Amino acid sequence: MTFTYVLYALALIGLTLSLFKDKNKTKMALKKAWKSFENILPQFLSILVIIGIVFAVLSPETITMLLGSNSGFLGVIGASLIGAITLIPGFVAFPLAAALLNSGAGYMQITAFVASLMMVGIVTLPLEIKTFGKKAAIIRNVSAYVFSLIAALIMGVLL
Amino acid sequence: MIKNFLKRYWIFLLLVVINVVLGFIFPEIGVKSLDITKRNVIEMMLVIPPIFVLLGLLDVWVDRAVMMKYTGKGSGFKGILIAFLLGSAAAGPLYAAFPVAGVMLKKGSSLFNVFIFIGAWSTTKIPMLTFEAASLGLPFTLIRLGLSIIGIFIIAIFTDKVLSKEDKEHIYELSDKESK
Repeated sequence: MTFTYVLYALALIGLTLSLFKDKNKTKMALKKAWKSFENILPQFLSILVIIGIVFAVLSPETITMLLGSNSGFLGVIGASLIGAITLIPGFVAFPLAAALLNSGAGYMQITAFVASLMMVGIVTLPLEIKTFGKKAAIIRNVSAYVFSLIAALIMGVLL
Repeated sequence: MIKNFLKRYWIFLLLVVINVVLGFIFPEIGVKSLDITKRNVIEMMLVIPPIFVLLGLLDVWVDRAVMMKYTGKGSGFKGILIAFLLGSAAAGPLYAAFPVAGVMLKKGSSLFNVFIFIGAWSTTKIPMLTFEAASLGLPFTLIRLGLSIIGIFIIAIFTDKVLSKEDKEHIYELSDKESK
């Protein structure tokens, strides 16, 4: 949260400096900011509605069951799939992961969840495709997914 | 105007309709989903404005030559390091990184460096690391971080290798189109 303030401070400092140097360029920057925001807005809003529905249907109990201890490799796959599909901000995901660990989930499952959550974004794929095109976006996500499984296995051995 | 709006927002509108219908059939899920969506919208709206303002400023003030010199083709190790640090210093969810990546591409960054940037944004964000260590412990965080850094490079190298020259040209065209 504090980092959000830092971002605002940076944006404000940037804007002030920019305004001081060149009024027209600043206007253009704000116009561009709005345009690139409006450009992603339709996908963005759709994603938020999908997340809302998915999380309302999937209860925390279901998630806990899927990621729980003794879930083995299936649990790793399940955890990584949940991580890949959902979009949970870190400050929610980390305490959730910690709570799961405390209630007996394995490090392997948790790593699979955390790693794929960070690197793979299935619901945000439409946005990614807008920047990178279909092929690159899919390659990046698939390789990131495979990597999150490998990371989980290594973590399972190490911890 | 309205036609254009419908064309761009029809998926979103359809989802809203689905959500409302779902809410009528299962009121509990309907209320819960609306509550979650509302919370997410508020959270995103708080984080997003400064990111896009900075993006606009970046677009206007950093010219192509500078970006190309520091993170373009042939920028070597320095370019990789800059892309990595830019991503690590970021805040906000991964989807906020894509428009930034678009501007970097438009300004002449190499695709490989942009993938390093995306990788760093997704896994080595410094503010998130402190939070991760606080929740999951330092050993977990350090091992995860080490693995991720290796992963960022493997994924960037792999993606860069698999894409053909035409694919890459297409990506640069996309980045040019986006800001118009």
